[in-house]
Amino acid sequence: MTGFWQPRVGGLLTLALIIAVLPVFLPNAFYFDVVILIGINATICVGLNLLIGYAGQISLGHAGFFGLGAYASAVLTDSAGWPPLLSLLVGAIAIGALAFIVAEPILKLKGHYLAMGTLGLGIIISIALNQEVTITGGPDGMPVATFSVLGWRISDERTWYWIVGGLLLVSTWLTLNLIDSPVGRALRSVHGSEVAAAVTGVDVTRYKVLVFVVSAVLASLSGSLFAHYSGFITPAEAGFGHSIELVTMVVLGGMASTFGAIVGAAILTALPQLLTAFHDFEMLAFGAILMGTMIFMRKGLVPSLIELVKRVRAER
Amino acid sequence: MRNHFRRNIATAAVAALTALGLAVGGTQAAEPIKIGSFLAVTGGASFLGDPEMKTLEMYVEKINESGGVLGRPVTLIAYDSATDAKKALTFVKRLIEQDQVDIIVGGTTTGETMAVIKEVEAAGMPFISLAGAGVIIDPVKKWVFKTPHTDRLAVDKVFRDMTARNLAKVGLFSGAGGFDQSCRKNALELAPTMGIEIVADETHGKGDTDMTPQLTKIKNTEGVEALLYCGFGAPTSIVAKNYKQLGMTIPHYQTHGSASAKFIEGAEGAAEGVRLPAAALLVVDQLSDDHPQKAVASAYKEAYEGRFKDSISTFGGHAYDGLYLAVEAIERAGSTDKEAVRAEIEKTDKFIGVDGIFTMSPEDHMGLDHDSFVMVEVENGTWKLLE
Repeated sequence: MTGFWQPRVGGLLTLALIIAVLPVFLPNAFYFDVVILIGINATICVGLNLLIGYAGQISLGHAGFFGLGAYASAVLTDSAGWPPLLSLLVGAIAIGALAFIVAEPILKLKGHYLAMGTLGLGIIISIALNQEVTITGGPDGMPVATFSVLGWRISDERTWYWIVGGLLLVSTWLTLNLIDSPVGRALRSVHGSEVAAAVTGVDVTRYKVLVFVVSAVLASLSGSLFAHYSGFITPAEAGFGHSIELVTMVVLGGMASTFGAIVGAAILTALPQLLTAFHDFEMLAFGAILMGTMIFMRKGLVPSLIELVKRVRAER
Repeated sequence: MRNHFRRNIATAAVAALTALGLAVGGTQAAEPIKIGSFLAVTGGASFLGDPEMKTLEMYVEKINESGGVLGRPVTLIAYDSATDAKKALTFVKRLIEQDQVDIIVGGTTTGETMAVIKEVEAAGMPFISLAGAGVIIDPVKKWVFKTPHTDRLAVDKVFRDMTARNLAKVGLFSGAGGFDQSCRKNALELAPTMGIEIVADETHGKGDTDMTPQLTKIKNTEGVEALLYCGFGAPTSIVAKNYKQLGMTIPHYQTHGSASAKFIEGAEGAAEGVRLPAAALLVVDQLSDDHPQKAVASAYKEAYEGRFKDSISTFGGHAYDGLYLAVEAIERAGSTDKEAVRAEIEKTDKFIGVDGIFTMSPEDHMGLDHDSFVMVEVENGTWKLLE
């Protein structure tokens, strides 16, 4: 278990390999589009999983941060005329600060109350984006300028693929490092029992706030990239439905498993495209798959599959 | 090693599932003419998208029964974009890249339409939108057309009617949506040019359930002679109800955003006397027999109501017009060459549709004027044709 084959090195390398090889199998821009959306969702889920899976705190308002990031980029580049990269960074910092400010009071809540608190936060953000018509264009959304760095304009899917793939890889790497550090252990102790963690000297609030901010910043960055990539955003991105979708991805893939979050994001993003063959029964099939997974694989896909593999190996 | 193995399993699963996700769709023979569509069949705008989808399916079937287009069968490839701009964009990429359609007729809402414009323009794909706002075709985009009347036309029609009744001082009330705000903007712009004075300008938020504060303000505005409400969906009924509750008596105008039976039902009797501009389809039975749209509109009404046992809405009419504009352009072009079809759509001359009579040009990618509207008034729970 030393050197090269440390878990986070091996897993990361496999992920990097997949990202590197995948374009060969993507015949056209539509497939690239689906994979880019998977990458964007996966990045948010990797952050959200830190919060839900490791720190044991639920957030039903994460789409709010995603939406804010998207609108920060859109508004700053459009109305204020800032360069996209600067807008993206300023947006991420501002949203990190916002998350920091609201984290302490919100994370004092527990269980249903925490869910309610984050839900409220998400809905407030969504309402603001819908109502500030002069700034955000209201419910019909607003166009976003093409992403450009130092005169280099990025508009084709292939380039976006590498950018999103890179962001996913970096955020996965950061997350895995965080989990395997003393911070990660502290987080897991918070998940187990906050009282026990506090008794052993873990600053519970500080760690909870830290992950909340990290996950909010990742959501904001994904939002900014999504805004530039799609070229048009609507407040639906910040809506309650999207928040639920994100939590579902994490739960489906497997809580407390970074790669589970990525798998969850991949399935839930690609599934609607796969299921168009069912036409009117699309939603039925979608619901049945989710229910089936949650009934038969309670811990989520990836942890359940790993357990299965372990059992099979043990029986040999 | 166990941990390492675990991570590898995880990543292998990612790979497998991604690959699964990619094994979507199949290819079809080059023979049929492929019409692509993405409509908000579910979600917030489903009351628009659902009749649109039904209309497209029914008429593509009819076209095939009568021998197709250019002797080739027509295939409709339609997706439900669920009133979500993000989904709409993905489906448009799918239509263009994967399904390789010849033309796209769809885009129920302004948001969904605006989200895909960049993509269809870049791909050089003829696209006929079914969404309302004027911003879609103003400024003109090379590959983008639309069938529904714009809010500007509606305001124009309303102001003409007001002028005819000697009403000059208008209290303007609008919602927060894109259509509402675009309508408000046009009303403010058009008013001075048509001798109308906007004496009050109130707005309400999305999802508001009580508009009495704003209406009270308008009611108490000195000299106000008429009320114009810009909006669509549920708020239209609420405005009508609150208007009655406040005992307001000034003439009450709304836009074609209220031109659905749901408006009258939702207002529970309070819609009586509300005037609005609407497509002739809404009052097709009252049209005189020499009205140019009478034949087309009544045929559509008969076909739709006969098949789906559901009352017609003007939204399905937008889809009918979009489909036939596309089909006729393909027939005139003699091929599905995209540039040729686009040019033919632009040359559309006096096409009689359900929404009106279309005459397009390089400067006008909608092709309707204020004559395509009729003024109607709610009377005894139904629409009565004025003029």
